[in-house]
Amino acid sequence: MNTNASTRDVVNVAAFGVTALCAALTLGILFFILGYVLIHGIGALNWDFFTKLPKPVGENGGGMANAIVGTAKLVGLAGVFGLPIGILGGTYLAEYGRGRFSFFVRYAADVINGVPSIVVGIVAYTLVVMPVRHFSALAGSIALAMILIPISLRSTEEFLRLVPNAIRESALALGLPQWKVILFVVYPSALSGISTGALLSLSRVSGETAPLLFTAFGNRFWSSGLLNPIASLPVMIFTYSIAPYDDWHRQAWAAALVLLMLVLLANVGARLMLRRRTYT
Amino acid sequence: MDLMNPSALGIQAQNVKAWFGAKEVLHGLSLEVLPKHVVAIIGPSGCGKSTFIRCLNRMHEVVPGARMEGRILLDGEDVSQHDPVALRRRVGMVFQKPQPFPTMSIYDNVASGLKLNGLRSGPQMDQIVEESLHAAALWDEVKDTLGKPGTSLSGGQQQRLCIARALAVKPDVILMDEPCSALDPIATAKIEELIYALKKSYTIVIVTHNMHQAARVSDETAFFLMGELVEFGATSQIFTNPAHKKTEDYISGRFG
Ligand SMILES: Nc1ncnc2c1ncn2[C@@H]1O[C@H](COP(=O)(O)OP(=O)(O)OP(=O)(O)O)[C@@H](O)[C@H]1O
Ligand SMILES: [Mg+2]
Repeated sequence: MNTNASTRDVVNVAAFGVTALCAALTLGILFFILGYVLIHGIGALNWDFFTKLPKPVGENGGGMANAIVGTAKLVGLAGVFGLPIGILGGTYLAEYGRGRFSFFVRYAADVINGVPSIVVGIVAYTLVVMPVRHFSALAGSIALAMILIPISLRSTEEFLRLVPNAIRESALALGLPQWKVILFVVYPSALSGISTGALLSLSRVSGETAPLLFTAFGNRFWSSGLLNPIASLPVMIFTYSIAPYDDWHRQAWAAALVLLMLVLLANVGARLMLRRRTYT
Repeated sequence: MDLMNPSALGIQAQNVKAWFGAKEVLHGLSLEVLPKHVVAIIGPSGCGKSTFIRCLNRMHEVVPGARMEGRILLDGEDVSQHDPVALRRRVGMVFQKPQPFPTMSIYDNVASGLKLNGLRSGPQMDQIVEESLHAAALWDEVKDTLGKPGTSLSGGQQQRLCIARALAVKPDVILMDEPCSALDPIATAKIEELIYALKKSYTIVIVTHNMHQAARVSDETAFFLMGELVEFGATSQIFTNPAHKKTEDYISGRFG
């Protein structure tokens, strides 16, 4: 008995130790990345970075105003194209979907979630860029939307499933048609969850680089409309960091810092929203 | 108290059978509920009480894979000919666990059925909300806090809120599935009093596990056992002089 108890204690302590160590390691990696990017990026961050266009090669200074606006435009458009599809599709899966069709939709979404994003970029290139022989903001945002749709579809479904069925039944029993039950009773109950999911999916695609290389390409100037190549922070980080200029390296770090802050802000905002409502 | 409903209707169930998937849980039940009567349904857990009353407002068919056979007549008309949405406006339902809509105020909970069916807010809506809360014996407790969330009320108040919500759409029949099982004795007494008052104007079918409650509130009692109707008759007769041995055993607590 005694030996048993002491073995058990040792195993207990070991299990606790190993799991706690791994948890600490995860946190450590996060803080390491944050700290590293902060240290390198903060130096190059100034007012010009947010307000000026990139300088021609060889000149120091300038900024990435066009890439910041470009990322906002690409991600915003991806949201406009992708979120309605993701949210309505997720609604179908949670509220109507029972049969084999839903099974395949769910499965397809999970598969697309696992596909490397560069593949999505190539698909968007073939579908949108090739026919018009032109890189464009439109093509970039379509590529991002393809990544965003399965994420928001699945998160919408999960959050709708958290709304108790008894609430739907109470509403149906009042003589409300199902679409009104979903729109006026179920959606409000899951609102914070659904919007959190939407925000997280937007922040996820805001860092995508590979699909934009083939679609939005890049632009050292302002890009007007939807049909011209457009700059974005991830692509700028990519091109600036592999270039042979020190000033570009510093600006790449600054861009990484800005992008990281945007994603962090979206995540914190999402958590705050999550805390507010009952069913999340 | 304005109980709002002069024209309660009767319900007849004829040879009702019900399935969940391949499993038959009701094996051909027939009973008649007269206008403005209260019928209590009693029976051991799993005998099909909930399934039966959910057939009455066609909520049974909402469950995936569930179906029913037989006829249910509301005021002589076959309900399978009705649009289920319209039918449920005439046959209201109160569930076992009070379930106020979590994002709505007390007022909006009561108004929800009307509002979402297109009635504009205004004095008429205010009046219906007030009447319904009066009828559910909740008005005095909430009249100053109508804007608060429905979920901020106590369990018993929430159940009366759900009753008010069901009354607001002016049904002819009210179905109650163990409305007091989540409540303490005082809240239960309030709901029983309420049922007693409501029966002046509504036809009511109530499922209960509480024999005393069945005896106190109902005119007729139906005893279910394993998806069959064992006995149906005047409550006084069922409780004092049941025709079947099984009914007597159940009522006296010898099984179930
Ligand atoms: N959603 C469902 N899917 C499959 N079977 C079900 C479902 N709901 C109920 N049943 C089965 O149908 C039978 C009748 O259930 P029902 O809920 O009508 O019983 P009940 O008399 O209301 O019981 P209780 O007093 O416990 O509420 C039971 O055998 C139950 O297992
Ligand atoms: Mg039941």
